[in-house]
Amino acid sequence: MSQNRKNRPGLDAAIVRQALAESIKKLSPATQAKNPVMFTVYVGSILTSTLAVQAVSGHGEAPFGFVAAIAVWLWATVLFANFAEAMAEGRGKAQAAALRGLRTNVVAKRLASTNREALITELPADSLRRGDVVLVTAGDTIPCDGEILEGIASVDESAITGESAPVIREAGGDKSAVTGGTRLLSDWLVLRVAAQSGETFLDRMISLVEGAKRRKTPNETALGILLASLTLVFLVVCVTLRPMSALAVGLAGQGSAVTVTALTALFVCLAPTTIGGLLSAIGIAGMDRLIQAGVIATSGRAVEAAGDVDVLLLDKTGTITLGNRQATAFFPITGMDEKELAEIAQLASLADETPEGRSIVVLAKERFNIRGRDLHDLGATFVPFTAQTRLSGVNLPGRTLRKGAPDAVRNLARESGEPFPEELEARIHEVAASGGTPLVVADSGRPIGVIWLKDIVKGGIRERFAELRAMGIKTIMVTGDNPVTAAAIAAEAGVDDFLAEATPEAKLARIRRYQAEGRMVAMTGDGTNDAPALAQADVGVAMNSGTQAAKEAGNMVDLDSNPTKLLEVVAIGKQLLMTRGSLTTFSISNDIAKYFAIIPAVFAGIYPQLGALDVMGLSTPASAVLSAVIFNALVIVFLIPLALRGVQYIPAPAAVALRKNLLIYGLGGLVVPFLGIKCIDMLITALGLA
Amino acid sequence: MNATALSHYLFFLAVLLAASWPLGLYIARVFQEQPCGLDTVLGPVERVISRMTGAGTSGEMNWKTYAVAVTLFNAMGIVAVYAIERLQGVLPLNPAGLPGVDPFVAVNTAISFASNTNWQTYGGETTMSILTQMAALTVQNFVSAATGMAVMAALIRGLTRRETDKLGNFWKDLTRTTLYVLLPLSVILSLALVWQGVPQTLTASVAASDIKLPSPTPVAPDALGGLDTTPLATPGQTIALGPVASQVAIKQLGTNGGGFYNVNSAHPLENPTPLTNFLSMLAILLIPAALCHTFGVMVGDRRQGLAVLMAMTILFAGFAWLTVQAELHPNPLLTQAGAPHVPSLEGKELRHGVAASALWAAATTAASNGSVNAMHDSFTPLGGMWPMLLMQLGEVVYGGVGSGLYGMLVFAVVAVFVAGLMVGRTPEYLGKKIEPFETRMAALVILIPPFTCLLGTALACVIGPPDAVANPGPHGFSEMLYAFSSMGNNNGSAFAGLTATSPFWTIAGAVAMFVSRYWLIIPVLAMAGSLAGKKRLAENPGTLPTHGPIFVGLLVAVVLVVGAVTFVPALALGPVAEHLAMTR
Repeated sequence: MSQNRKNRPGLDAAIVRQALAESIKKLSPATQAKNPVMFTVYVGSILTSTLAVQAVSGHGEAPFGFVAAIAVWLWATVLFANFAEAMAEGRGKAQAAALRGLRTNVVAKRLASTNREALITELPADSLRRGDVVLVTAGDTIPCDGEILEGIASVDESAITGESAPVIREAGGDKSAVTGGTRLLSDWLVLRVAAQSGETFLDRMISLVEGAKRRKTPNETALGILLASLTLVFLVVCVTLRPMSALAVGLAGQGSAVTVTALTALFVCLAPTTIGGLLSAIGIAGMDRLIQAGVIATSGRAVEAAGDVDVLLLDKTGTITLGNRQATAFFPITGMDEKELAEIAQLASLADETPEGRSIVVLAKERFNIRGRDLHDLGATFVPFTAQTRLSGVNLPGRTLRKGAPDAVRNLARESGEPFPEELEARIHEVAASGGTPLVVADSGRPIGVIWLKDIVKGGIRERFAELRAMGIKTIMVTGDNPVTAAAIAAEAGVDDFLAEATPEAKLARIRRYQAEGRMVAMTGDGTNDAPALAQADVGVAMNSGTQAAKEAGNMVDLDSNPTKLLEVVAIGKQLLMTRGSLTTFSISNDIAKYFAIIPAVFAGIYPQLGALDVMGLSTPASAVLSAVIFNALVIVFLIPLALRGVQYIPAPAAVALRKNLLIYGLGGLVVPFLGIKCIDMLITALGLA
Repeated sequence: MNATALSHYLFFLAVLLAASWPLGLYIARVFQEQPCGLDTVLGPVERVISRMTGAGTSGEMNWKTYAVAVTLFNAMGIVAVYAIERLQGVLPLNPAGLPGVDPFVAVNTAISFASNTNWQTYGGETTMSILTQMAALTVQNFVSAATGMAVMAALIRGLTRRETDKLGNFWKDLTRTTLYVLLPLSVILSLALVWQGVPQTLTASVAASDIKLPSPTPVAPDALGGLDTTPLATPGQTIALGPVASQVAIKQLGTNGGGFYNVNSAHPLENPTPLTNFLSMLAILLIPAALCHTFGVMVGDRRQGLAVLMAMTILFAGFAWLTVQAELHPNPLLTQAGAPHVPSLEGKELRHGVAASALWAAATTAASNGSVNAMHDSFTPLGGMWPMLLMQLGEVVYGGVGSGLYGMLVFAVVAVFVAGLMVGRTPEYLGKKIEPFETRMAALVILIPPFTCLLGTALACVIGPPDAVANPGPHGFSEMLYAFSSMGNNNGSAFAGLTATSPFWTIAGAVAMFVSRYWLIIPVLAMAGSLAGKKRLAENPGTLPTHGPIFVGLLVAVVLVVGAVTFVPALALGPVAEHLAMTR
């Protein structure tokens, strides 16, 4: 796991400094106009500032000190919201700057043809066109995203993924894509340019992390509409209060109409400024959290969709089971000792460096304390696995030891004229039915027993799936295994369903079927043949190690190429939405207390009896209004960490999550401002400010 | 609440809930065109009408066509009512020889009746001929209610159908609602009213002479503050009559509320007995409550309908309780002045009593009915405020026939939006994703009534005739706020004490009623159209349940919060200030 990504500081002094400067820059009307809620506060700040100037001359509607204090705090409200957004952007910007450094001054070696010996032209990387062929040699920075045409090499991708161990990239297969900005450590590669400058993965990543091209997601837009409407309501409430209070003055025969300053203050307090000021920060921070998890999304929409996913298509290997199968038992044929079989199996596996082979050696040692021996001492030669024989083993003097899939050993036995015992067939079936992979051992062509290779289901994955089920997310295991084996592993891992002998077409068909049922599907994939399914899925996470086609088809790329990441992606998507919802609830609940503070204060002159509503016992009408405004501004600052971090994500059924968040943010939003406003009032009274 | 009031209150709620269930199932059958029991009798009539309107051949409509049909039909209604009012002097069935109606009043009345508001700036028996009452007003009582139900049916279809643009046929919905739902119920209620003594005749009036008034009980002059207690002179009286029972039946059932007589259901000939009072009150809320069950059946999950009904019932029961409490509580000023410790009787009919009058006030404002059996202006400040707030909540606490449910469903969409986010999913209601377009339409539906109400009141404060209100102080302001709350939410009930016949009030009121009816219907239909085009997502434990108690509570909270945050300042200047002054 990438260390440099995880340890990025949350509140770096440099980021804070930069954000402070940004919050002033963001005061331009063009920037403010993008956020309707905060724009009204901005206008209110200008309005009250003008009134303050008028009040200096002594002809103002209220004492200068009061109007000026309100104006100052309204400006503070705007600045705090700017600061929140700048903080969220700041973290991305720092990362984008580092990424941009990767692009500078790379010289590409363009080849005249696909032959590595062809004529080389050197040119700047950013003038490469799609389809050009380039040569990269050890020590070069790869100039562009490309598909390997020829060669095999080790590549340092740490600049993009944060993972320092080099990875192997080679022509053909699912590891044929390279990313511009990474560095070749050894050998050479001939690449075909897959994306031209400005559209490369690196470019996309930069624009994503710094949020330059950030477009509002549908849900953010919808919430924005709701908040703007609420703002409009409060605008009408406050504007109409002026003539209404003027009439009331006439009807009551005392007092004076509510001042514009007080109405502006009331309006800003009521308008959903808390969520309005934090909304874009929440969105940016959500994307940022995803990047921290090592996932690059092509759009914010994909992140939201991740929160809605209710079917996960998970690859068995690597996600549900450990990547490697392990030997767990030896089943000899009748007449043979288990220890004898273990010994032969161990000998056959001694030179086998595959994880399965090593696990056989380990098992033999654990069970019967059979020590590994040196092949040279035995005069043995290693016979590696080939696609033709599908067997591996050793040749001892006068004896051949082999192990392999039942089919392969059956062929071997037939060729050697040895029978294939019935009891072995039964054992093979039994192992397969329990979710294992049977491996048959043959001594000089004679089958002598079965090794049970077991898929090891990852620890804790069953609980994780149960959790997902409670949240309404169905897990589907996708595997190339036969249905019998698949069913056994599915049962052990606790997935809801499985897709055995999965072909790309079968995956695609399954995704379509779920979507037709009204479900949202997420999947991971890496191969070119996964591309159609990745494109069809609502959330398609391509492995960074995968092919270019897969990366283009999905709407997210996992830099760590870890299929389990899908679970994290879903959590981040949900957390983003939860944060929006919770802060909206908090923001609106706040209004109740603000009414209790401001209404008695502004109408005190007209109807003194309304003082009965001042349940907080605030000291003066001016301090009441001011305290509410100050609370309203400060609450934004206090919630910035929450907006950036996201609210606590609880994997629970919707009803439970709702009850919990309603309690914290709904009830909390009701109570907190009563306490906050009272404290601020006491403080400013003690300081003699109002 | 005393025992009598409490038992009346609980009995009413119980009967309402019990009766809404079978009726809701029946109405669902009507909308789903299943046999409903009256087909043999009414089927031929429906077929004739359907041939005339072309409903049988024009097929299902998309939301735009549906909206055009609604708008055109209502526009025709407005023009027709206006024409009949203006020409009634030369038209038949005018035994009292009434002249054509004043143009401002006529415009106001035409819009008022077409928009299901039934705000009345006139005294019925002295302004409208029998023809106008029957052919203009009663017809609108039926079709304006049927329009509301048709729009509601279209919205429900939008929620249930998937990937289509068809919402049903307006003409068919209108015809079937009128024929199968409103007509039979009206006939039943009219007969009950006639049995109880409500007139149903084409005679304009009878003259009564030689009336013997009982001699008043001697009262100590001090107690009445030196009022004149000499018996009234008893000259002959003209008692206006007409087709009263039929109009009263539909005015209650269709949440119209426009009375035959000026004083509406406080008049002994509109509402003579405790039984008619109870039946009328039941009729006010019956269809809006029943439609919740209809909704549940049509979306295939009765719990959904029950949840909405529960939210409405909780709000109604709460506000009704508060209103009755406020009225049963003696006015402290009178108590201080030494008056006997009695509930607030001012403005109420003795034959109904305080509790039944206050309960009626809550019912008529909870539904967008607006018929009254007592004068709300005379209620205590809080007793008047709760009904006012019930209107200001947007007429969704049962609300108007059809319109109450579609309004409440829009609130449900908003509740689901915020709650859905809190559980970490992009919001959906009944499997339909709530996206920017739906949010925009929902915002329009929820915002327009408060806007018309607040802006109208503010305008009245600035340019309204200064002598329109009868009372000084906060009460005068309450009268203005009540008027626009009533018109801006298509309720139609009035605080007395406001002279609303001036051009300002008739025209501003007409605009408020028009805007808050049709500018809601169009976004509701647009939303229905957009919802119908979406896929219906499968339900799972991660889906926000919209039938449980949490959702009911949330829906109640959203309705209250939106209403409260909008109207708290205005109410503080009216009833709240008045109440606090009274109790201080």
